[in-house]
Parts: sequence; C-alpha cells; structure tokens
Amino acid sequence: MRWMWIDRVIELVPRQRLVAVKTVSLSEEHLHDHFPAHDGLPALPIMPASLIIEGAAQAAGILVGHAEGFAEKVVLAKMNRAELSRDATPGCTLRYTASLTQIDRAGASAQVRVELAQPATGPMAFETIGAVELMFSHLDQNMAGVEFPAHNFVFGENLRTILRASGVPCDP
Amino acid sequence: MNRDEIFNKVREVLVDALAVDDDDVTPDASLTRDLGAESIDFLDIVFKLEQAFSFKIGQGELFPENVAQDPRYVQAGKVTPEGLAALKARLPHVDFAAFAADPQLKKVAEVFTVDTLVNFVERKLGAGR
Repeated sequence: MRWMWIDRVIELVPRQRLVAVKTVSLSEEHLHDHFPAHDGLPALPIMPASLIIEGAAQAAGILVGHAEGFAEKVVLAKMNRAELSRDATPGCTLRYTASLTQIDRAGASAQVRVELAQPATGPMAFETIGAVELMFSHLDQNMAGVEFPAHNFVFGENLRTILRASGVPCDP
Repeated sequence: MNRDEIFNKVREVLVDALAVDDDDVTPDASLTRDLGAESIDFLDIVFKLEQAFSFKIGQGELFPENVAQDPRYVQAGKVTPEGLAALKARLPHVDFAAFAADPQLKKVAEVFTVDTLVNFVERKLGAGR
C-alpha cells in the first residue's frame, strides 16, 4: 500500500486554499479489515477516521509546501482539533478544502473542511461532515537545531506524481 | 488593555493551544513543566497570540533561537555567561534569575511561564502605543 490519501488536487490558490478529492474504493485492502463480515453479519467497510484525517493533512501539507516552492520539509506536527460526523464508505467521494491560517519560517497552521458525497445522493452532492485543524513544522527550521538530509523526502515521487497529474507545477 | 485583561486573553490562548484547564494557567506556571508544552506548541502559541492581539511576532522575538547551535553560547550542555547575556538582551520579558544559578540548556524552556507571555504582550502593546 502506498501512503497516498488524496487522488487529485482540483483547485489551488497559492498560500490560501487547496481543494483535493479522494474516492473511497473497495479495492483498498484495509477496508476489508475495517470491518469484515462476522457471525452472520455482513461486512461493514468504513474508511478509518484516522485516514480521513491523513487525507486532510496531505491536502493541507501540499498547500503549505507549495507556499515555499516545496523547498521546506513540511511535516505534520500537531492536530489541534478533528471532528467527523459521518462514515465514508466505498463509492463515496471525500473532498478536502484546506485553508492556510498562518505561516512563517518555522511552520504553518491550517484548517481543513471535510465533505462527503455519497452514491445515493450523487457524485457532486457534497455535504460537510467535519473539520480538522492542523499544525505543520518546517523540519529544517526546528528549534533544537537538529539537521536532516538535504533531500526533500516529504514531497517524494508519489506526491509529485499526483501534483503533476493535477496540473500543479512541483518540479524545480 | 491592562495586565489582567492581557492575562485573561493569554489564558484563553493557552487553554486552546495546550488543552489545559483554566485553573492550571496560573502566572507562575511553566509552559513546559506545568502545562506540558512541547516544541511545536511554542509555534502554536506564537500564532495564537498573533491572532488574539493582532500583532506580528518576529522569529526569535518571544522564544529564543540560534542559541543552542552557537558554541559561544552553549558549552558542555550549559549556557555560558555570554549566552546568558545574549538571552537577556534578546528576551527582556523573561526572568532568568533562577535559571542563572543552574544554566543547563535542557532546562532553558522552563523559564517560560504564563507571566513571561503576559510580560511580552504588555511590552509589545506598550511599544505600539
């Protein structure tokens, strides 16, 4: 499994807002364990909330990284708040709208609105199901002065592939 | 804005940033030792103070930076007299008296108390008048 929890970036306003989508699919291995059929009850595949939050963090992390031309190693450092009110099941589409709240040399804060479109209501009928507030650190600017490899391992090939496919320039 | 009003807003910031109870936020409480702040929380506090008081805090203005990496300032895990003088000059809102008696670098974060933040905001707002 590759650790990519967004499929595509559909909108990017630099230093302000990034919108990304992810379609939940039963081809994802983890949905067969979360939760399998048992004792005569049918399977109940639900995308774990932790992975929805990871998708929110990837959307916001790209927005933060893009703000500095992907020069900084942007890592999720703190989740201030997360609220989700509905399950995402196969066939649903998640839409993350990340907004940059503050950014400086040391890091950034962002909030993400999480919306869900269910198969029964149509692919574009999104309803808000929650919000996530996050903080990111620019790893090379850490207060302890710890040094990290020069290579930007945060924005690796997989994320760059998604960005290129979405038409977002990400190469030096 | 008087000192009590500043304290109340600082308390709101800390309750929000550190998920602590109102009652835990006393003037003498250390951000790290008593309120459990970790390194990223310092940035969170900076951001939230900026929003609460509508001013911009420069890098290294509230909390120190580039001290631990400077061999003039830190030797054998202790802040040197030169380092202490630099810290006092850069951070006039901080009371370094107790720290000076045992200036171990690993304890430097403990000098930041709730009162430190109130002092900082008070000076900052005063300078803007």
